[in-house]
Amino acid sequence: MAGSGKAHLRSDNDVILSVEDITVEFKAAGGKSVKAVSGISLDLIRGETLAIVGESGCGKSTLGKAILQLPRPTSGSVKFDGRELTALPSEELRNVRPAIQMIFQDPVSSLDPRLTIAKVVEEPLAIWNRGDAAERSRKVDELLNSVGLEPEIVRDRRSYEFSGGQCQRISIARALALEPLLLVCDEPVSALDVSVQAQILNLLQDMKERYGLTLIFISHDLAVVKAVSTRIMVMYLGKICEISGPDDLYARPAHHYTHALVGSVPLPDPNAPRNKATIQGEPPSPVDPPSGCRFRTRCPAATDKCAAEEPQLTEVSPGHYVACHHPR
Amino acid sequence: MTSLLSIHDLHVSFDTPRGLLQAVRGVDLEVPAGTSVGIVGESGSGKTVLSRAAMGLLQGKNVQRTGTVVFDGKELTALPPDEVRNEFGTGMAMIFQDPMTALNPVRRIGSQISEGLRVRLGLSRADAMKRSAELLALVRIPDPQGMLRKFPNQLSGGMRQRVMIAIAIACNPKLLFADEPTTALDVTVQAQILELLSELRAELGMSMVLVTHDLGVVANHTDIVTVMYAGLVVEQAPTRRLFANMKMPYTEALMKSIPRLDQPSGGRMPMIAGRLPDPTAPEPGCPFAPRCPYVVDKCRSSVPPLVSDGDGHSYRCWLPLGGGI
Repeated sequence: MAGSGKAHLRSDNDVILSVEDITVEFKAAGGKSVKAVSGISLDLIRGETLAIVGESGCGKSTLGKAILQLPRPTSGSVKFDGRELTALPSEELRNVRPAIQMIFQDPVSSLDPRLTIAKVVEEPLAIWNRGDAAERSRKVDELLNSVGLEPEIVRDRRSYEFSGGQCQRISIARALALEPLLLVCDEPVSALDVSVQAQILNLLQDMKERYGLTLIFISHDLAVVKAVSTRIMVMYLGKICEISGPDDLYARPAHHYTHALVGSVPLPDPNAPRNKATIQGEPPSPVDPPSGCRFRTRCPAATDKCAAEEPQLTEVSPGHYVACHHPR
Repeated sequence: MTSLLSIHDLHVSFDTPRGLLQAVRGVDLEVPAGTSVGIVGESGSGKTVLSRAAMGLLQGKNVQRTGTVVFDGKELTALPPDEVRNEFGTGMAMIFQDPMTALNPVRRIGSQISEGLRVRLGLSRADAMKRSAELLALVRIPDPQGMLRKFPNQLSGGMRQRVMIAIAIACNPKLLFADEPTTALDVTVQAQILELLSELRAELGMSMVLVTHDLGVVANHTDIVTVMYAGLVVEQAPTRRLFANMKMPYTEALMKSIPRLDQPSGGRMPMIAGRLPDPTAPEPGCPFAPRCPYVVDKCRSSVPPLVSDGDGHSYRCWLPLGGGI
């Protein structure tokens, strides 16, 4: 994986977000540094849903936050709706923020337990002085309705009175209050029960259509992103492994890591062949990543070339890019 | 088949400020010797409370427990706490969901594994350390000697879960409770740990109760599945038979709502509307009735009994899928 390169970027007029060579570095113990995100490029066309998939520590959340400039990336470019965010002074960046909103993994802790739900959802509108009190209140009711909650029942209650799934609905209502163009969802259903997961995934699809959103959907679960995404990007140790439309990616994973991920999903079918652990070990430390392809230490197909040279993203079929010297 | 663990009419309730929370409402469960039994359910279904109560781990003024738990011929529910403890380690052992918090952060791995060996089996310090290294090798940890000297914070999640398993199997328990053992782990590591548990079970002749919310996990790693909803067993069958012939609408709905790799992309996901009932105020009828697509009047007025087809498949439904017995 490792790969770098921009072969997968598109030259469409409707590109709303274009990220090039973005790197995020954190200081680590002993004067070392960790490149959590290491030279990643991606783009998003208006109305698309891009899924970013990988295991803990692959840099997927850091990448999502770096797009929002939280914190600003160490280097690289993030162009959103025609503006270069990395170069914007703080005050101007603040003016762009309503257009990019985020929802988080743990919906309960991401809501203020002291505020009523009406206040939670109204807060962004109040901060930006949108409308007068009556207009804001109408907008809150409309948002709560659209995420499937009864305004009369929930308005005056507080977040601790709700289940995880309902709190995630409230978070979505709040994120949509300022009518964003781009919504970054960081593991939005990982903390929820399976039966509720599907409700929230369907709600996100509905909201996307209703409000014309573009989505970035960060998840560790390949099965969850299958239904919702137009493009899937697989990450490992801060690099891109593979990027493709969902059907092609699952039917013909070209990267050995993607193949292992697909093979690791437990199937609810006792007659399916038991998925023998397809790869061994765990990801190495990002403080001291392997040379060349970062996946080579766990890869069944690794050769000397993989240690010497970092693979670049190349197109294996239309719209399907992989960074591997020996694609499957 | 003789049962290693036999639970009969177990009720567990907690006194809470909001009233009596009925977490487990009359559960019968048999774990035949040598088998792996899966307990499946969503948060709040009572699956964890059931497994803790079976081990006698729930005590205190605010806990009310009735029913019987018989393990290996001994009625645990009738024993004083000290004697129940005698079963821990050699009789039954447990591994938990979060390997990050289940290990003691200020003690070396070697001392944490050898603790049980010294207390339960009376091994000397040196012998216990030697056995600890063997156990680490058994759970496929490379360089077991080096691992003995490490602290938990030096290990990844998968390695910590392997250490937890080594501690649990140290005294050769007859029954291992695994409560969501892979939920906190990455998917590639999850596959490795589940495989390890299945191999160890075969090698050591251990029985297992695997508690999970994931039907995908039980499909390949259990012999019998028990599905719980709102503190009740709603369906129970040998694993293959359950997946081939689901009788309870809840099991079917749970199955359909699992995101699958082979579903078409871009479509809507099948879902279960609504949510679990309030455990402090159970409704009179079937607990799944408010969310059930096949609900009829009878479902709202009385709880269906758990009926068995005489062949190990039982379910709790007035209108079982594919017809009744």
